[in-house]
Order: sequence, then structure tokens, then C-alpha cells
Amino acid sequence: MFHGLWAILKKEIIHIKRDPATRFVFAIPLFELLLFGYAIDTDVKHVPTVVFDLDRSQESRQLLYEFENTRYFKLAKQVQSDQELQAAIVSGEAKVGIKIPPDYSSNLVNGRQGQVQVIIDGSDSTIATRVLNASQQLGFIKSVERDGLSPSQFSIDIRPRLLFNPNLLSVNFYVPGLIGIILQLVTVFLTAFAIVRERERGTLEQLLVTPVSKGGLIVGKLLPYTAIGFGQTVLVLLLMVFLFGVPIHGSVGLLLFLSLVFLVPALGMGIVISTFARNQSEAMQMSLMSLLPAFLLSGFVFPRESMPFLIYLISFLIPATYYLEILRGIILRGAGIAALWDEALILAAFGVFFMALSVRRFKKHLG
Amino acid sequence: MTIAIKAEGITRKFGALTAVSDVSFAIERGEIFGFLGPNGSGKSTMIRILCGLLQPTSGRAELDGLDVVNQTEEIKKRIGYMSQRFSLYEDLTVAENIDFYGAIYGLSATELAVRRRAVVDLVGLDDRLEQMAATLSGGYKQRLALACSLLHQPNIVFLDEPTAGIDPVARREIWDLLFRLAAEGTTLFVTTHYMDEAERCSQVAYIYLAKLIAIGRPQDLKRLEGITPEGCAWVEVTSDDSTRLLPLLRRHDDVVDATIFGEAIHALVRQPTGPAALVDFARQQGALQVACRAVPPSLEDVFVSLTRLRRSATEGR
Repeated sequence: MFHGLWAILKKEIIHIKRDPATRFVFAIPLFELLLFGYAIDTDVKHVPTVVFDLDRSQESRQLLYEFENTRYFKLAKQVQSDQELQAAIVSGEAKVGIKIPPDYSSNLVNGRQGQVQVIIDGSDSTIATRVLNASQQLGFIKSVERDGLSPSQFSIDIRPRLLFNPNLLSVNFYVPGLIGIILQLVTVFLTAFAIVRERERGTLEQLLVTPVSKGGLIVGKLLPYTAIGFGQTVLVLLLMVFLFGVPIHGSVGLLLFLSLVFLVPALGMGIVISTFARNQSEAMQMSLMSLLPAFLLSGFVFPRESMPFLIYLISFLIPATYYLEILRGIILRGAGIAALWDEALILAAFGVFFMALSVRRFKKHLG
Repeated sequence: MTIAIKAEGITRKFGALTAVSDVSFAIERGEIFGFLGPNGSGKSTMIRILCGLLQPTSGRAELDGLDVVNQTEEIKKRIGYMSQRFSLYEDLTVAENIDFYGAIYGLSATELAVRRRAVVDLVGLDDRLEQMAATLSGGYKQRLALACSLLHQPNIVFLDEPTAGIDPVARREIWDLLFRLAAEGTTLFVTTHYMDEAERCSQVAYIYLAKLIAIGRPQDLKRLEGITPEGCAWVEVTSDDSTRLLPLLRRHDDVVDATIFGEAIHALVRQPTGPAALVDFARQQGALQVACRAVPPSLEDVFVSLTRLRRSATEGR
């Protein structure tokens, strides 16, 4: 069943050592993690803000100072008209405009309500919501303070406590997921070309007239790439901990072991692609096609719970979904095998399925 | 004598195209079987069917008494195959390629050491073991391919145009190797375009438009009916400029056919016009150093005639 495995394995290692592309095999996941790790940051702060202050009083200056103190707003510039304020938002120069009417301070002094207009660019809903809440909260706090009340005197005090990610840093949530996505990406490509390349170069034809077994050929090609994939895993995890400062709360050993369990279906998917594709460009397209669902539906970008039911069901068919659960479980929440054994089992089943499928798909003859 | 390869009514279709149509033959052990035909006539398809790389649409074939469809894996241990295109690993050295195939064929370390020595000596790759396969010349690539296909001491070796695109010296050396193998009892199935190579085969088959139209020993094929029509004879005409003379000869009333053969012209001439008359004719046309003699038809003459006969038969229908 595995006749020729050792010979194929040795040959693949020589190929990998001599292939100039091998130099990039560790650089690519590293580069991607750096690029996306810094780019994906959903924390809202220092939103560019323009100010149209018609009052120009001690009171209005105090208010603007407090806006800036929330750290959500960054007062970019002063404007002199409504049109100018509007233009700044339309052009994207600012996302928020604060307009203080001329009677703001006099109204306050005379015990009337002081009105302030906050215009928010609603196109990015995340930013808009945060900014909206921050401005309303500021108004609320300032009002009760003016009435001589401090928050400690409120009759109801709600005290939320955030577990696992106390500072609500988005990097802690995204980087572990990103690791899963990057590993899926680099591993599929590693093996997708494995058989197609031999088909294209004509070396497969020679191999097919030998008594090499299908299992030996496929597993022999898979093993060296599993080792590379594992090396890539260790590398990106190191980067996560030491560069992005995301600590691993759970067992590192368990994380590495389950990563290995994930690598088999991830690489196996590539091998399956390799048995379908007739040439390298087809393999390339199929790999890209297989990556998109992993990217969008695995829960990396959008929470799976809020997906339409049908799409939610599809997300169960993506190995990356389970690996993301494992990564976030171990890294963020310190989960152990007791909580993750079902994900691990499903990944292993995916691995066996892809292997069996590629052995079935792979024919030892041409045409 | 035992039969090494037997094909019975092999047909292979690729969609609407019939690549091989109802081909049958039997090849004895130790034979060098030459499989000839123009490009695209079905030679490679036939080899791939016999090696178990392609399945026949109909018909059956046996190698060493084993069925090519049902006993493919058993057959693979006994055959060697050298494809038309160099199909070893260019980023592996000569030695690495040999070791890889040795391991694939399941040779133990000691067996491999012995066999590696033997094939390397046989094909003369001794001083190139550490060279990358990619940097070998065409002739040496073919030697390496041959070495790899011989490692497991196959009974039958298939060679698909082993000498295409390599220089005459290397060609001769490869053929010397093939004779040595055949003398040791290996059956060789060789496709080629070169008529001089075909002349050296113990049996030759000619395939044209997917059909086998002639098979036999070269000397027997030359006596086939229709190759030399009644009242005609083959002559060889040499002169200072065969290319110039050829169209002139073809215009002669009694010349049925004329083709370039090496540096001379082979012509099928209606009698009583003999060599002497042709020499006079050629001299009148301004050719110098003209000589002419009666010759038996060459294999090329045979195949050209067979192709022409087949073509006129299909067109006549």
C-alpha cells in the first residue's frame, strides 16, 4: 500500500532543498503576518475631527478639550463655515465634525440647554457607532457634573469585567485567527503543485510505469511538506508572542500538536487539488478558490454566529473553522483538550477524508 | 521460442479520434521490434497501452503472458520504459536519479549497488555520476534514461524514439547497447523515424493512420507485393546534385517514383528503360558524374510505396 514511500520522500527532500522557491517558504508566512497583523486593527481611536466653533468661549474650549481627552477624537482643524465642515467630511479629510453654536456658553450660564451638533460619517459603521457613543457619553457625564453629581453617587453602578482580553485589544483576537488563515494559505499551495508539477514535466509518466503505489506516492509527497508547515507554524507563533505581544494562555504543547493535526487536512486539500488540476495554473486557480471560503466563512472576519443559517452550515465544512476555534481557545482562553477534543477529532477526520479522496482520485494511468 | 509481447485487435479511441485501430502482432523473446510510422500515426499510444499507461478501448494484449489491463502492476515490475521526452528529474544528479528508481523498484541496498555498477558501466555514465541531469547532453540524457529503465533487469524494454534529436555517433552507441541487451535475451520494442535503424531490427511493423499496414522481417517486407510492380525495377542514381536532378527524373515518362535516399536518388523505373538509359537522360539534363545501378528497394522505399498504395486505396474507395 505504501510501496515506494521512502524513495519518494527522499527525492522530495532533495527537490525542496534545491528548489530556489524554498528560500521564500518561511519568508512568505512571516511577511504576511507582519503585513496583516499591523493592518487589521479595529480599535477605534484618534478619529480625525474638524471643529466649527462659533462661540469661541472658555466653555467651548473646555468642551473641545474634553472631546479630545476621550482619545476617540483628534481635532484636526478649525473651519469657518458649514460648507467647509461638510466638505471636510465628504473629502474624507475628517470623519467627524463638531459644531458649537454662538449661544453655547451664554445658554449654559443662563441655565438653559447648551446644544452642540456632532456630524458623523456613517459609512464605516464600526467607527461611527463608537464615536456616537463616546460623544453622547461625554454629554451625559458633563451634564450630571454640572448638576453637582459625580458618578460615584449614582444609585445603580454596573461594573463590567472583561475576561481574557481586558484591554479589548483587537490584535489579540485577530492575530491568532490570522495564523490559522496564513497556514491554510501557504500549505495548500505547497502541495497543490506536488503532483501537477510532475505531470507537466513529464516525470509522472515515467513514475507511472514503475510499481510505486498510490499511497506511497501521496504520503511520500505529503510528509516533507508537513514538516515545512510545522516549521512555519512555530515561526508565526513565535512572531505572535514576541512581536505582537499576544500571550498564549493555554498549553503550548497542545497548541503545536493540534496544529499538526490541522496541517494534514490543509496539505491534503492541496493534494486533492493536485489530482484534479491538469497544469500548474489550474492548480493555482483551484487553490485560490479553496482559500476564499476559509478566509470569509471560518469566523476569521465575520462572527459565524451572525451568519445566515445556510452559510453557517457551510462554515462547518471548512477545516480552518475548527483550527480557528482551537487557536483562539488555547491562545486567548487557555482552553485544554477537554474543551477542544471535538474540533481535533473533526480535523483528523478531514485529514483522513482528503487523503482517501486523493488516493481514489489519483489514477495510475494517463488519459 | 517464447512470445514476449502479444497484441490482439488493439483499438484505442480518444473521443472521435481513433489513435490505434485493430492492431495485432506477436513478438518473440530477444527480438528487436521496430515500430515505425509517420508522426501522429499511433506509435506512442501503442507503447503506452502495452505499458499499462493507457487502457485499450477494445482488444487485448499480453506481456510475458500477463494481461496489460488486469495485471498491470505485475507487468510494471518486468518492463522498462523510456519515453519520447526526457522524463527523469533534472534537478537530481545522475546518481540520485538512478538511486531513486532503484528504490522505487524495490531493490535492496546491496542489489542496488550491484545493479548501479552494471547499468552505469553498460551505458558509460561512470564519470558523470555527480552531474545534474539538466546539464547532460541529449545523448547522455538518453543513456541515463536507459540506465534507469534497466535497473530492475526488465524482460521487456519499450523505447519511444530513443535516438530522436541526438547526434549520429551517440545514435550508433545507443544502438550498440540495444544489440547487447537483445543478445542477453531482453526483448526491445523500439519506435524510430530512422530507416537505417529500422533495417537493423529483427522485425519491423509499419503503422499508418492508426492501422498496421505491414509487419515482418525487413528483407521480407522488401519482397511484398506492390512494392516493386510488375515490369518495374528499383535503381539508384548518383550524381553531383541529386536535389536538382530529382524533379527532372520524376518528369521522365518511365520513372514511376523517385525519392532522395541519402545522397542518391532511388527510382522505380518501368522496363525496358534501364540504368544506362537513365544515365544518358541525366547527362542530357546537364547532371555531372552520373552513375546508375539496379538495387533492391530500401525499407524507406517499402514504406513510401506502402503509404502511397494505402492512400490511393482509401481515395479510390
